[in-house]
Amino acid sequence: MYDVAIIGAGVVGCALAYTLSQYQVSVLLIEKENDVAMGASRANTAIIHAGFDPPPESLMGQLNVEGMHRCYELCRELDVEHRQTGSLVLAFDASQRLTLEELYRQGLANGCAGLEIISGDQARQREPRLSPDLVAALWAPEAGVINPWDFALAMAEVALRNGVIFMPDSRVTAIRREPGFYRMGFQDSEEEIKARYVVNAAGLESGLIHDLVAEPSFQIQPTRGEYYLLDRTAGPLIQSIIFHCPTEHGKGVTVSPTIHDNFLVGPNSQIIDDPDDTGVTRAGLDHIGEIARKMVPSLPLNANIRNFAGVRANSDRQDFVIGLAAENFLDLAAIKSPGLTSAPAIARLGRDLLSENGLDLKKKEVWEGGRRVIRFKEIPEDQKEAFVRDNPLYGRVICRCETITEGELVACMKSPIPPVSIDGVKRRTGSGLGRCQGGFCGPRVLEILARESGRQPLEIEEDGRGSRILTRPTKEGCPRD
Amino acid sequence: MTERWQLVVIGGGPAGIGAAVAARRSGLSRILILERDREAGGILNQCIHNGFGLHYFGQELTGPEYAGRLADQLKAEGLKVQCDTMVLAIEPGGTGHRIGLMSASEGYRWIESQAVILAMGCRERTRGAIGIPGKRLSGILTAGTAQRYVNMEGYMVGERVIVLGSGDIGLIMARRMTLEGAEVVACVELMPYSGGLARNLVQCLDDYDIPLLLSHTITRIDGQERVSGVNVQAVDQDLKPVPGTDRYFQVDTVLLSVGLIPENELTRAAGIEMDPRTGGALVRENKETSVRGIFACGNVLHVHDLVDYVTQESEEAGRAAAAYVNGLTPAVSSEEDLVRVIPGPGIAYTVPQEIRVSRAQDPIRLFFRVRQPEKSPRRILLKDGDRVLGSFRKPYMAPGEMEDLTLTRSLLEEIQGGQLEIALEEKEGGITAQ
Repeated sequence: MYDVAIIGAGVVGCALAYTLSQYQVSVLLIEKENDVAMGASRANTAIIHAGFDPPPESLMGQLNVEGMHRCYELCRELDVEHRQTGSLVLAFDASQRLTLEELYRQGLANGCAGLEIISGDQARQREPRLSPDLVAALWAPEAGVINPWDFALAMAEVALRNGVIFMPDSRVTAIRREPGFYRMGFQDSEEEIKARYVVNAAGLESGLIHDLVAEPSFQIQPTRGEYYLLDRTAGPLIQSIIFHCPTEHGKGVTVSPTIHDNFLVGPNSQIIDDPDDTGVTRAGLDHIGEIARKMVPSLPLNANIRNFAGVRANSDRQDFVIGLAAENFLDLAAIKSPGLTSAPAIARLGRDLLSENGLDLKKKEVWEGGRRVIRFKEIPEDQKEAFVRDNPLYGRVICRCETITEGELVACMKSPIPPVSIDGVKRRTGSGLGRCQGGFCGPRVLEILARESGRQPLEIEEDGRGSRILTRPTKEGCPRD
Repeated sequence: MTERWQLVVIGGGPAGIGAAVAARRSGLSRILILERDREAGGILNQCIHNGFGLHYFGQELTGPEYAGRLADQLKAEGLKVQCDTMVLAIEPGGTGHRIGLMSASEGYRWIESQAVILAMGCRERTRGAIGIPGKRLSGILTAGTAQRYVNMEGYMVGERVIVLGSGDIGLIMARRMTLEGAEVVACVELMPYSGGLARNLVQCLDDYDIPLLLSHTITRIDGQERVSGVNVQAVDQDLKPVPGTDRYFQVDTVLLSVGLIPENELTRAAGIEMDPRTGGALVRENKETSVRGIFACGNVLHVHDLVDYVTQESEEAGRAAAAYVNGLTPAVSSEEDLVRVIPGPGIAYTVPQEIRVSRAQDPIRLFFRVRQPEKSPRRILLKDGDRVLGSFRKPYMAPGEMEDLTLTRSLLEEIQGGQLEIALEEKEGGITAQ
């Protein structure tokens, strides 16, 4: 029997697990995929939003700025790559300029600091590659970029270190109310789990999980956004995050630097039926390219490393769905943008709601926070020699494009939540993220992952279940080492 | 004390080995060859098919056999390749170039060398570079990565395969996958002609009844976690898919052979002048780059069709580096006799791009590629402005095949405008005998 079971190890589930790990409660973090943050937390625009977008009366408006400040704190504490860049919302005509003023007022009400409406010329002074056609821009100095996937992982790692149990590859298909607890069943498994409190942080499937326990009260509308990732050799391009003026379809297309100095362009916004449909379309990409080039006319889309799509957990409520859906059953559901930024604040609110509903939260006497990741590239030049002498595996470069060493690969494979797939290694270390897209390092990473996890190369998957890379040995019957 | 070398060669594939051997034979004693992989020989190790060595060794060899011959040469010259070592940076300097390198065995350090030869080879273009719509799935690999898995690691990467692009590695892998028991349903090429060698089209596709669909492309890749099928469409003259021409292939694997890109990140970071046409450094008659004492050869300079030409080119670079170290080339070069080689109509690029006439061998060999396939004989003109200095007749040319021509000193000395244009003659009269 667990005190709390959290369904969904996206950024919200991980943030709540991190928060609850500080208290004397037993916590289970359940995930249907083979790794943390495999849904909307993984493929998004990777932005820490300043907080001027959501209406002040919404939960989003109330949680964004709190979450933003906490995001930066956590990134520092947990060694998550991030950079405060500031953002610009561009207006190309008088009506869009009025929208900027509306955003400005919302931002003030939400608690943003340093907002400023500037002229087109001032915007171009900041960002010389912006279009000559823009007439005004909203400058928000607090916005930034983050590695969203590592943010979720870092919080989950600290949670595990402090007693939280992680249960991957487990899709909840049944939740039954029993006196004093919930009993949960899983797809393709006889196993049952009992927990006194259940938290629904299931993202795109949060509607389904809600409906297992309570009357349907909201509907998830999976919304796909497509992206380009441009190589850093396309730069210098822009320093800050560039938003198009928002429309009814969302915040609109963004051109943003990434923490790895590449550039992200997207997303569009299409409501789709299948929440797993992360395919990109020619029409979608062309549409994004057109809008992005309106903002940054010289944008070199031919420097594309990769296209991808993420699916956001939008809903018919136009706001986060946070609250008790049944006794001791808490929804942290329909978390759409700015969900990544708000996640630490959503977790704080979730903790408060659990506490108000009788969960006894006493702080642990011993709680070990913080995290440190060794990234070879970040070691100061004058320390590299000594570091590699002491840690020879960091002297062997496996991913040439991003200079990721065997030491970094092996370290992630020995971490609290080790990767099970090639993409799991990529998300943790950055190997294969660069211009060759794993063409050279893929076979080496596969070999090291098989070795470190004691599995056969044939079993290693690219990403999710069913994504095997190799089909059979070429020389059947020959002895292999 | 910083380690000092006469020559550091970056890359232990055919280009690096060829250059090092030639430099040694030209009298250099302190030569260091650095290779980032675990074994020397580069991409030859995974090219287990034959077809190598006819031009250079006068004998048909497999890739590993060719690499073995190179290894023998190295051994005979008392040279070794330092493997498992990555060069992280080159800092050009007047008297010596600094090189930052790292390995698990010797750690992270900086060394200095009088001359440097860049021989890092090339990499494959990826799905991202061509932007095929669809999900990210397993079963989509570049042909070269598949080749490594199948030939070196000993694993098959799929059972029903479609090849996108008709570069040589894709053609070779179509045959290789077939021989290992996979079914290769088609090779799909966007252009109306193949990017591969004619002999590979015959020996790898025709001989195995694998259809080559020219002017077609993959417009969608389907699957849940691994590829389950692809939609293929014909393309029009603007390379846009033609509606209604859809053909569906159930496959579990898509191999990409859509081009090679010289690996010049180190070169660019060192501030060496690049040629956007080749994707490699701009070089002079002796394969010297814009930085004195730094040379380039092999696929890092321009993508070659045959390794034999890589070896020949590398030997030139190795000899030139030795001459530089031995002080046989003037320290300050006169730019007065510099001729820029300009690719004219129909010509994609030339190597070298610049010739210092008084220093050039007589005659000097120049490589080029054409932009379009030329199925009937065409004449290549050597022009100084409007003046035609000479011409060559080529019976058949294609973008997939490197062409060469030789320039005599006397022809180069005739040039008055400082530029030599290499151009395809207009079709009229182009077929007359030489």
